[in-house]
This record gives sequence, C-alpha cells and structure tokens, in this order.
Amino acid sequence: MNVIEVQHLHKRFNGLVAVDSISFCVKKAECFGLLGPNGAGKTTTMRMLYGFSPLTQGSIRLFGMDIGRDWRQIKARIGVCQQDNTLDPDLTVEQNLRVFAGYFSIPPKQAFERGRELLDFFALSHKKNAKVLDLSGGMARRLILARALINQPDLLILDEPTTGLDPQSKHQVWQKLETLKEEGLTVLITTHNMEEASRLCDRLVIIDHGKILVEGRPQELVTRYAGTNVVEIEGPSHELREYVNANSIEHDDLGRRMVLYSLEGSDLNSAVRERFRTDKCIYRNSTLEDVFLRLTGRELRE
Amino acid sequence: MRPHAFLSWRFVRVWNRNFVVYRRIWKVNFITPLLEPLFYILAFGLGFSGLIGQVHYAGVELSYTRFIAPALIATAVMSNSFFETTYASFVRMYYQKTFDAILATPLSLEEIIIAEIAWSATKAVGAAAIMLAVLALLGFIHLPQGLLLIPMALWGGLAFGAIGMFFTGIIPTIDMFNLPIFLFITPMFLFSGTFFPVANLPLWVQPVASALPLYHLTELARWCSLGIKETDPIASMGYLTAFIIFFTFLALRVMRKRLIK
Repeated sequence: MNVIEVQHLHKRFNGLVAVDSISFCVKKAECFGLLGPNGAGKTTTMRMLYGFSPLTQGSIRLFGMDIGRDWRQIKARIGVCQQDNTLDPDLTVEQNLRVFAGYFSIPPKQAFERGRELLDFFALSHKKNAKVLDLSGGMARRLILARALINQPDLLILDEPTTGLDPQSKHQVWQKLETLKEEGLTVLITTHNMEEASRLCDRLVIIDHGKILVEGRPQELVTRYAGTNVVEIEGPSHELREYVNANSIEHDDLGRRMVLYSLEGSDLNSAVRERFRTDKCIYRNSTLEDVFLRLTGRELRE
Repeated sequence: MRPHAFLSWRFVRVWNRNFVVYRRIWKVNFITPLLEPLFYILAFGLGFSGLIGQVHYAGVELSYTRFIAPALIATAVMSNSFFETTYASFVRMYYQKTFDAILATPLSLEEIIIAEIAWSATKAVGAAAIMLAVLALLGFIHLPQGLLLIPMALWGGLAFGAIGMFFTGIIPTIDMFNLPIFLFITPMFLFSGTFFPVANLPLWVQPVASALPLYHLTELARWCSLGIKETDPIASMGYLTAFIIFFTFLALRVMRKRLIK
C-alpha cells in the first residue's frame, strides 16, 4: 500500500499559483525526495501534506486516509521536522521532548522513556537539562529530529533537514537518517542539497513553478539528463564550439564555460583531451546537481 | 471539513505546556500579586485616603481603602490575562513558532487558541488567589463569601484573555499592542468604578462606563468581598459570559485567518 498518495494537488494563494497539479506516490519504507529551487512549491506541498495548509484542489491521502477528513489520525502517525527552528525556547532539551509527547497524548512514563532513548540515539543525553538556545546548530537540528520521532511515526517528513549545518553535523544527521531508513521508516524529504538527495532518496521529483519536471531514481535521472561523464572547459575555443555542434554532443554553453555531457564508453573525453588540449578542463562524473541545473535553469531565483 | 472536529479536550495539552513553563519561574510569578495589593493599600490607605475621607457607594459609606481593595483584584485579573494573550501569546506565535510546532501534532489551531485563553484565565486565578489571601488577612474581604472571587477571577480572566487573543490575531507587530492598551485597557483601568464610583462621573458618561467589562468585574469583586453592589451580579455575570463567547469566537476567526494559509 502507498503511504502517501497525492493527486492533482493545487494550491493558490492571493491569486498566485504555488502548486500546480502535482501527483506522486510514496511506498512504505521508501525515502522520497522533493527537490526544487526556492519558491518552487516544495514547502507549500509539505505543509499541505501534514495538514497545516488546506488544499485548493486535488487530494492527499496518507495511510489510505484523507487529510481533510482524518487529519487527527494522520497527524498522530507522522513526524514533522520543519524548516524553521520550532523548538520551544521556554523549555529544556528534555522538556521539549516530554511536552511534545503530551501533544500526542503519550502517557508521561512512556514519554519519559522514549525521550531518553531518543536523546541517547541523537547523542544529546549530556545536554538534557540545557536550554534550547544554548544548543549549537547541529544539536538543535538533532533535537528537532528527535522530537519528530517521539510518537514513533510511520512517516517522517523533513523540510531541509541539513540546511545551514557544518559538514560534521550534516554527515551525522545523514547517518542517523540512514539508520532510520534501514529500520523501515518511510521518509519524505525536501532539500537543496543534491548530495543529500542522491545519498538518501530512493526516488525523487524535481519541481519548479509548482509543477513536477521529472520523477525517478537519482542514478537513472543522472544518466538520462546528464550522462555519466562531464567535461567542464573554461574559456572554450571557437574550434571546440564547432566540434561540439558538428558532433551534436549534449552540452550547456555558459559563455565563459562549457559543460559537455557524455555516456560511459563514449570517446568524448579522449577526443577533447587530444584535440583541444587545455589546462582549464575538469573531467568528472555526472551528478544530480547537473540534472537539477539543466532542468531548472541557472538563473538566480527570488 | 466538520468544524466541531476541531475542538476537543486535547487543548489541555497546550495548557499544560504553559503550566510547565510557569512552574520553572513560579517564584517570580508569585511576587507581583503578593506585593501589588500591599503597595496599593499602603499608598492609598496611608497616603491618599486622608485627602478623601469616606466614599459613598451603593448607599453605604466606605473607607477609601475598603472601596478600592476589591477593585485591585479585578484589575489584576484583567492585566494578568490580557497581557498573557497579547504579548506572551504573540511571542509564542510569532517569534518562537510554538504554534507552528504544535500544528504538526494531532492538535488544531482552535485547541491552541482555546488553551491560550484558558491559560491566561488560570494565571489570573492564581494572582487573584494570592491577592485574596493578602487582602483577607488585612481584613478587606469578608470570608467565606470572598472565596467567590476565585470563580469570578476565572470568568474575568476568560473575558480579558479572549479579547487579548483577538488583538493578537489582528495586530501586525508587537509594538502596536500599545494601541489597545492606551485606548482600551488604560481608560478602563481608570473609569470602571475602580478608584472612584461611576456615580461620580457626569451623567452622560455613566452608561459608557457601565458598558465596560472591567466595570462588571469590579462590581462582582466588590459584591464577593463586601456583599454590596450597584448592579445585579447576575446581570454582570451575563454580560461577562456574552463577552467571553463573542470574543472567543472572534479570536478563533482572526487567528485562523492569520495563521492558516
């Protein structure tokens, strides 16, 4: 059974179309990514999914129930990690977990035990009496994750879980999320971080202007839209441009820089190396970031 | 969606959140209601009453301190609940994102708002109880009838908590609470029969004063404390009940409009 079923979802506010007919499904134990530039409609979609915003049109079903009608049962079974730091600064670290457990009507004794387990899992036990405002960014994010798991959810919703974290904290969060995934937790995640998406997501969609551009497994999408190998050439010569066009090689011409995409086994690399010997040339594997930039464009947002 | 499904007993969970926070700083919360009546009684009883003599109220001659003592409880109820659902709730809603976090759990916005109003009334009851103890010891309140001040504080707290929540729902920035405080709370504090009888006001102003919620709360406080009244307590209770229902309903509407997008 699908944990999430979204059909023809629309959201309009103040005459603006934020989400324009989005449909997707997420299976049990799957990690599904919502990728897109700022203002693409990711967070709006997320907020409708966890029952924060009403939908304009379409339907959202979680665990087979309708979000508009059975919002309370649904929300009891999901954990949400919002983009903003919504930890309660009036409470200590441990109180944050226990009071939050109260919102789910979890009995105090059970909340206490579950809270201790989670503090342990997220390496926060030594901070249990600390004030939330005294936590570092990484610790605060781990506490938000711990809080989202207090009700032992069947679905975890993460809105940019590692934005603004240092590399150490980021990798630690990833490790924890991978452990949870192995335990069979279903995860829905939005992110700007393509490394994060490739590493965690089983499947993902890239959305822009409220519409889904593509859907698929990260590696499939990379192969389909950016090949397997990339050659980046700084200051491409006129000859190179002609060669690329004559051989109809997949590429993006950015003026001062040219990006060529090729599939495994093609002789593009060696051809470029031989014919257009240049120092300022990078050979690397294609990544999800290439796909993202090719599909959503390179111009700045907002 | 079925509107009735948005309200349940679960609001006590949010009430409990505020109670947990309150307990952390209960000593500070205790001091104000303990000292406030003492300061007023001292200032007005020793310093001021010599200038005034007796107050003529509801056909009875009262010493000035005896006249204002019940009003002190009424105004404390007003400020405790009103400041809780204005400044404190606004901080929770806007700066701390506490409501956003709660809305990701099986609680509705309506339950959060009701809990905030109920909490503000609880704080008002706490303050009134302490003041009641102090003023009863000083002999300004007749017992056991004075114990009625407790449910009265709850009712008054709900009334001012509800209207405070309504302002929180419509106010753009926290500084602008100055407006309802200056235009609504301060004049009410002064002209609701708190520090002088409404009968001393010019005739044309008297109906305005008696339309204010604090007037009715003060009337009830005086009736509970001393057993004398200008207005029928049942009418005052009715007025406050209608006020609670009206502004709770309005607060729920404006908060939904403000937060659910």
